[in-house]
Amino acid sequence: MKLLEGQIRIPSGCAISAVISTEGERMSGADIVESMRPMHDRSNGLGGGFAGYGIYPEYKDFYALHIFFDNAAVRQECESVLKESFEIVKAEPVPTLKMPEITDEPIIYRYFTAPLASRMRDAQLDEREFVARIVMSVNASMKGAYIVSAGKNMGVFKAVGYPEDVGRFYRLEEYSGYSWIAHGRYPTNTPGWWGGAHPFAILDYSVVHNGEISSYDANRRFIEMYGYKCTLQTDTEVIAYIADYLLRRQKLTLKEFASVVAAPFWSTIERMSEEDKRICTYLRTVYSGLLVTGPFSIVLGFEGGLMALNDRLKLRSMVTAKKGDRVYIASEEAAIRKIAPDAGDVYAPTGGEPVIVKVREGRY
Amino acid sequence: MQTITACGDFAAINRTLRESTDDSFVIENCLGERFVGAGLSGKKIRINGIPGNALGAYLNGAEIEVFGNAQEAVGDTMNAGSIVIHGRVGDAAGYAMRGGKIFIKGSAGYRTGIHMKAYRDKSPVMVIGGRCGSFLGEYLAGGAIVVLGMHDDGKCVVGNFPCTGMHGGKVFIRGSLEGARFPSGVTVRDATDDDLSEIRSDIAEYCRVFGIDETLVWSERFTVITPNSSNPYKQMYVEN
Repeated sequence: MKLLEGQIRIPSGCAISAVISTEGERMSGADIVESMRPMHDRSNGLGGGFAGYGIYPEYKDFYALHIFFDNAAVRQECESVLKESFEIVKAEPVPTLKMPEITDEPIIYRYFTAPLASRMRDAQLDEREFVARIVMSVNASMKGAYIVSAGKNMGVFKAVGYPEDVGRFYRLEEYSGYSWIAHGRYPTNTPGWWGGAHPFAILDYSVVHNGEISSYDANRRFIEMYGYKCTLQTDTEVIAYIADYLLRRQKLTLKEFASVVAAPFWSTIERMSEEDKRICTYLRTVYSGLLVTGPFSIVLGFEGGLMALNDRLKLRSMVTAKKGDRVYIASEEAAIRKIAPDAGDVYAPTGGEPVIVKVREGRY
Repeated sequence: MQTITACGDFAAINRTLRESTDDSFVIENCLGERFVGAGLSGKKIRINGIPGNALGAYLNGAEIEVFGNAQEAVGDTMNAGSIVIHGRVGDAAGYAMRGGKIFIKGSAGYRTGIHMKAYRDKSPVMVIGGRCGSFLGEYLAGGAIVVLGMHDDGKCVVGNFPCTGMHGGKVFIRGSLEGARFPSGVTVRDATDDDLSEIRSDIAEYCRVFGIDETLVWSERFTVITPNSSNPYKQMYVEN
């Protein structure tokens, strides 16, 4: 039996790091892996992972499904289900490196797919909703199959192990992307397993998180009313679904999203300008079930950009820095200095202050 | 003077610092190694690079000088000695320190001086050249925190909820407090000459260490914040 959030407690930190080129220059995955090294002790070997954006330019119009399978039978079963809804233009194992540091790996495949127009018409859904529902359905109901990412021109690479090893395992130096996010895990409440490593992703949104969501169950109950299913036994998963719900479905801006999940205190709202007060009051009232409490620093990856955010009390560390067209975000400045020794503009975002970085339009 | 080249292993650095018969060290290429100088007495350490979290934790008399920025929890629970940072520091600097001095040239993050306390003959002092994040001096129980506000990014010298839960010690803030809002549990007033006499020698030393013109520091007025014993702190987190 797999234990759920709340049924097991493993005493604990985590590490996050991210880089983006605002000019859309593609960077090898090697640097983001290196940046995790100085933060080794923030992880304990029970999870590491990365998401890269802009990594599949040759298949950029297709949804790239990265899937973990427990065995070959479930892979066949899953493929036949996928074929009912998608044209699969390419299916292949995700290239990995056999190494003693990473063991017990599932079968790891990727599929470049296009949703079938006729099925979308029948379902009366737009393309992204159609894909999201299939991902949810597979993850919730097909035992032994986990779609870990399903965005265009992006992918999630995660495993049980230290992030430096996970990066080598997935041969990330062979990819190049305009942005990368990374995570080293030190599970506090929940088991360390492959599906539970960060990033958590849905469509092109991916999230890495350092912290612990005190409001997890309230958030989960709210988001599950809208068709999301929390199946991965870890609190962070819910943030990915909140991002998808608020940004894609409710069409909030990133800044508004930040004002929901890291809502300012009422005492802080009182002091705002009338316009800001009206907006923040509205967001806190309508989406009260999506206020994320407890300590967190997160990086949200999406097509063409990144957003960093701390909880409103800022109970976790995070710094940003710049060099040329590169913007770096990490739990510790040392992580940034490792790959950009002379980066400048070191800044620590305040609690609830979103740092939004986008690639220049037309460059991704 | 012994040179230590850091290579990711904080335990090795601290072992060398403890076991060497030298009393003066330079650590080169420091990059995120934690706990540097933890518990150390009677030695001088110069650091080039970015030391990791909890620099000088439980420091017991040693002198640490960092030529760069530092991360979280500088001087965590330090007892005596000095830590000088020629840059900025992250959150929770001086966490629960009960003695010694921390001088920061730039700005400091959230929860600066949280739980600082005085103990018998000890009274810790922290001086920050720039501004501080929210929760400055949270639960302050003793000692002095001085914020000089010589930052140039135009932001308020303190963030939200400064001095929340403060029940001892003093916070000194130089210059304008525009935009700052203090809880009802503290008294905010102009610093008197008596108040300032408590920090004059520290300010002089701070200016000497960083090469700052002391008259510039004294050119602005200081505000002092102390706990208000007739309206003590009740709670912060639950009602919000």
